Amino acid sequence: MRTNHRFLSSGSITAAVIAASLMTANLVGAQIPNPSPADGYTVPRTPDGQPDFEGFWSNATYTPLQRGRGVSGEFYTAEEVAAIEARALERESAQTVPGTRADVHYDFTQFGLDRSQATLATGLRTSLIFDPPDGRIPPRTAEGQRIMAQRQEEAGLRGGRLDAVENMNLGERCIIMAGAGPQMMDAGYNSNYQIVQNRDYVMILVEMIHDARIIPLDGREQADPKIRQWMGTSRGHWEGNTLVVETANFNGKNPINGSTENKRVTERFTRIDDETMVYRFTIEDETMWTRPWSAELLMKQTIGPIFEHACHEGNYGLYNTLVGARLEEQLAAEEAAARKPN
Amino acid sequence: MKDRSGRWATATFVTAVALLLGASIATAQTTDYRAPRTGDGNPDLNGIWQTINTANWDIEPHSAAPGLVRELGAIAAIPAGLGIVDGGSIPYRPEARAQRDENFARRLELDPEIKCYLPGVPRATYMPFPFQIIQSRQHVMVVHEYAGAVRTIYMENHTLPPAPTWMGWSNGSWDGESLVVDTRGFNGLTWFDRAGNFHSDALHVIERFTARSADILLYEVTIEDPNVFTRPWTMSMPLYRRVEPNAEILEFRCVEFVEDLIYGHLRKLPITPER
Repeated sequence: MRTNHRFLSSGSITAAVIAASLMTANLVGAQIPNPSPADGYTVPRTPDGQPDFEGFWSNATYTPLQRGRGVSGEFYTAEEVAAIEARALERESAQTVPGTRADVHYDFTQFGLDRSQATLATGLRTSLIFDPPDGRIPPRTAEGQRIMAQRQEEAGLRGGRLDAVENMNLGERCIIMAGAGPQMMDAGYNSNYQIVQNRDYVMILVEMIHDARIIPLDGREQADPKIRQWMGTSRGHWEGNTLVVETANFNGKNPINGSTENKRVTERFTRIDDETMVYRFTIEDETMWTRPWSAELLMKQTIGPIFEHACHEGNYGLYNTLVGARLEEQLAAEEAAARKPN
Repeated sequence: MKDRSGRWATATFVTAVALLLGASIATAQTTDYRAPRTGDGNPDLNGIWQTINTANWDIEPHSAAPGLVRELGAIAAIPAGLGIVDGGSIPYRPEARAQRDENFARRLELDPEIKCYLPGVPRATYMPFPFQIIQSRQHVMVVHEYAGAVRTIYMENHTLPPAPTWMGWSNGSWDGESLVVDTRGFNGLTWFDRAGNFHSDALHVIERFTARSADILLYEVTIEDPNVFTRPWTMSMPLYRRVEPNAEILEFRCVEFVEDLIYGHLRKLPITPER
């Protein structure tokens, strides 16, 4: 994936304005409305007569999930967004300082495809979350607070991050990345997706770790709750121009802000013009939160193809990080022994 | 995408020639069956498919044999198989046959499947896991349950492989009733099976998927790799539709299952039996 939309085109601003203007306040839970295509835009159809989402899409964005504490209002102006984005792009593509951690790690701008080189899916929102209206994740339940405290205690017992492979994060271990979801989110880099449809299924390939989610459209029941998966099990249906996907049966090991295995996700994909998809998701997890919450991202058409992201197969970084940690411990022990008086 | 069409015209021509050569080697078995058509008029090969054979243990004909892990007893023993190689034997160069034998002897250490690596082509097809074909006009996706391995078969905009990969770079076309897939660009790190049968990065795979009845595809493969084999050779087998109404590709995200094997010796504290 390589394209150089470093700056907003007027087209993407227009799309964002349209998407933004469709929203109304005080939406409750899964009763999120489906967006409508832009005025005068007819959503293309597959030979089977369904809205055609085929192609390559990016959801790379600098918009934070939660609204910043000092920020008021649901939307920025186009000028404000352009300024914020320009600063962020400059920061992201800046030369790393020699000898720093960022420098020793490969430079994402030079050797990866960070957001400064991606197709950006820029909207005007001050936060991806639009419900609750304050743009923040709702308060935790008492049970949720207890679970968070328990998890923290258990994490402490497992030792430091570099003590064992299981203590490292899921992305470093090449198990799953933030972009996979569902809820699909900006992955930091390579936030690219390929959608392929036939009459009975929609397949969404996530570039990161080649995660393909296959969504049946045949109205089948949700899978048995004894089946638990990293990406859950998804069931989809069409509502006019919108693909609605409901996902449950998560294994709970890849939480978003503390979610549990009881999380359910409802996603809504609506193509509003040739280059823009509005993507909304609602998270319900009564164990963790006092109410559901919803967010909106844009997905922008980008250039394919998507290359093979064989993450685990070449994971020298993980191996070397652990080797380095053991070596540092060994050196520290040797130094301590040398300092000991005879 | 239109800005790249000129740049890749040469690549398309090269691929087209390759497809013609491939077609002359792997000839589809004649069948009277005509598959239903998709909305855009192509044979409809959509579905969840799986082989029923023991080729993943050894693609050549073989007898049952004990397994390598004593504690697993009959569970890990090798089931016998008729083989999927046409003619029964792979035409190895002598030095390559010696390498295969060494691979077999050291398979516990070397088989990429043990480490949950992407399985390559055609091994992904006959691993003991289902896979799903999702066709559109522009792309045919093959999504495997094992390790979430994915193949994108480009039905338009054919190009040469941009870089070596585990699953290769696949260009597809329709030849009457058959989907013909031409795959190159392998990294040479995958095997054909657990018996150490292997290839180099010069591997060229030509596959033909042809519906033989509503629930059976004929899968024919031509293998070329002059570094390893004295001549091209072929394999063939049926693919069976998973006809359960709720059939679904589930996760076999095996990275998690091999972390202790690969990184376990790098723990700060070894796992004690009580843990």
